Amino acid sequence: MLWQLLLFVWMSLVIVAGFLYAPLAEKLYEMTRIIYFHIPMAWVAVLAFLVSTVFSIRYLMTRSWGDDVRAAISAQLGLLFAVLATASGAIFAKAMWGAFWNWDPRETSIFLLLLIYGAYLTLRSAVEGEDKRARLAAVYNIIAFVTVPFLVFIVPRLYFSLHPGPLLNAQGRLEMHPRMLQVFLASLAGFTVLYFWIFDLSWKVARLKRKQEEAS
Amino acid sequence: MAPPDQREVTLSAQALTQSFGPSKIFESLSFEVLKGKGLLVTGPNGSGKTTLLRILSGLLRPTKGKVRLNIDGKAISPEDRLKHIGFITPELALYEELTALENLEFFARVRRLKRTKADHLALLERVGLKERGRDLVGTFSSGMKQRLKLAFAIQHEPVLLLLDEPGSNLDDSGRAVVEGVVAEQKKKGVLIVATNDARELAYGEETLALA
Amino acid sequence: MPWLEGVLAVFLKDWRSEFRTRYALNAALLFAVTTLVVVSFAIGAFGISGDLLAAFLWVIILFSSMAGLGQVFIKEVESRTFTALRLVARPSEVWAGKFFFNLVLLLGLEVIIIPLFFILLNPRVGDWSGFLAVLILGSVGLAGATTLIAAIIAQAKGKGALLAGLSYPILIPLLAAATSGTRHLFHGDGGAGQEIQILAAYAVVVIAAAFLLFEFVWSE
Repeated sequence: MLWQLLLFVWMSLVIVAGFLYAPLAEKLYEMTRIIYFHIPMAWVAVLAFLVSTVFSIRYLMTRSWGDDVRAAISAQLGLLFAVLATASGAIFAKAMWGAFWNWDPRETSIFLLLLIYGAYLTLRSAVEGEDKRARLAAVYNIIAFVTVPFLVFIVPRLYFSLHPGPLLNAQGRLEMHPRMLQVFLASLAGFTVLYFWIFDLSWKVARLKRKQEEAS
Repeated sequence: MAPPDQREVTLSAQALTQSFGPSKIFESLSFEVLKGKGLLVTGPNGSGKTTLLRILSGLLRPTKGKVRLNIDGKAISPEDRLKHIGFITPELALYEELTALENLEFFARVRRLKRTKADHLALLERVGLKERGRDLVGTFSSGMKQRLKLAFAIQHEPVLLLLDEPGSNLDDSGRAVVEGVVAEQKKKGVLIVATNDARELAYGEETLALA
Repeated sequence: MPWLEGVLAVFLKDWRSEFRTRYALNAALLFAVTTLVVVSFAIGAFGISGDLLAAFLWVIILFSSMAGLGQVFIKEVESRTFTALRLVARPSEVWAGKFFFNLVLLLGLEVIIIPLFFILLNPRVGDWSGFLAVLILGSVGLAGATTLIAAIIAQAKGKGALLAGLSYPILIPLLAAATSGTRHLFHGDGGAGQEIQILAAYAVVVIAAAFLLFEFVWSE
């Protein structure tokens, strides 16, 4: 119970700090504040995908219900965060460049992730039979994972990007003001813990439900 | 390997349990069938007869338990099972846009059997379809399709033959064909028949009754 | 080599089956030709840029693939021959045989569609070998990914409707590289070397992954 309260306080502080504590980045004005939320959510969406794929691979080896359920849970969470990341990104894009959507490579990547989640969950709902569903969904998850690096790393070389480069670029050189960095990293940590917490809760619920079903 | 008639064949099932999701179909089934014997699997509809046969054929992985097919004391690996198992079931169909001969030729090629056209014709004759080799399976009656399915199941002379309701759609001469197949199979291997038909109860010496 | 014989047997069986029924070819061809004609009509006398033409070409190829490449597994499941095939064939032979079938089907479709495309929409191509490389490599990757997805959706409810939805996310990198490359070739500005490399890498990765994963789709 304690650490959940801690998380609540932490996240509240992050939100407040995002608006009051951290200064503005040059050239980007108030809209910058969105990076404290948009990027961590995008990061969690990707993390969730990774977790989902790991559980899918595990399922194919163990054929254990638990692995499949956790792959699905992570996918559902990932979908949620992907939607939030896409939406927050679109808001930023509108404020910054005047259009909600531009097919900039980063925008395309997060949207692609959204599509993959949607496809994965749709597939799950379309297959009858628990074992078959788990097996087919796991394979889809893995093949999707295999193609993601192409979009994230390789295809962007073909196009220029609208995304603000200098602030946080691929080489990892952070050129943020120290305060901004603090809030940003705090937010990243907070969102990650949030993800694991919700994941854990859902897993517990799923196990309880299963016990109940087996008893009847 | 020794010639078919002299091989030792055993099929053993240990603690087979099958669940689909939370509902259990059967639990902890164990049995052994030796060469020359037929096992009857009986039970009402939905009791899992077809499911059990599918597990024994290697098509379905059981929730728990193991199936072992031994030839001359050596266990056959799952990858090699296809060569040694023949299975027919009502839900299985053959290629209707191909002729009977084309079906058999295709299956022989994929099974890596060296068969000539004469061999295929002989097989067709054995199941009473001698004149229908060049006809499209789509034009067959259900009885003829069943006979062709039998041919499909025995083409590669499997040591384990699984028949799920073999007499369905068959007339008396068709049943005679099945009896011939059953007799042949017991000479060189193991037979398992799932059925509720009283006429077929003679095919096996032992019975496994599923709840 | 016996494995190749098995692959060939599956390929020829599908080919013979397709030849007699022509479901897949008809569906794909009909879709492609109709779309092409509609697009051409809508554009009318106005010229359109090489960019748009490149995009159109790949959209037509992609959509016709969705119409035709799923049949190879959907047909087996719907006519209940799936079980028989599973009892006789090794998964790797089945996947390879059906992948080659889909590839040949797709290339055959393109042999009809590409000339028609050029006649109706009149793009300019400087480097033909580049264009063919992009087309063929793109088709290989497309067939590879789609064949695996087809095997998955054939076992689901709603089959054909799912094929597009599940394939698109996986095909987007391929589509991006193929349209970009074709665009350069229609403009005649510098060639599509990078895109060709990407398409080749994609094809290799997807086919290798599909080959390894297919067994899990095929066997229970």
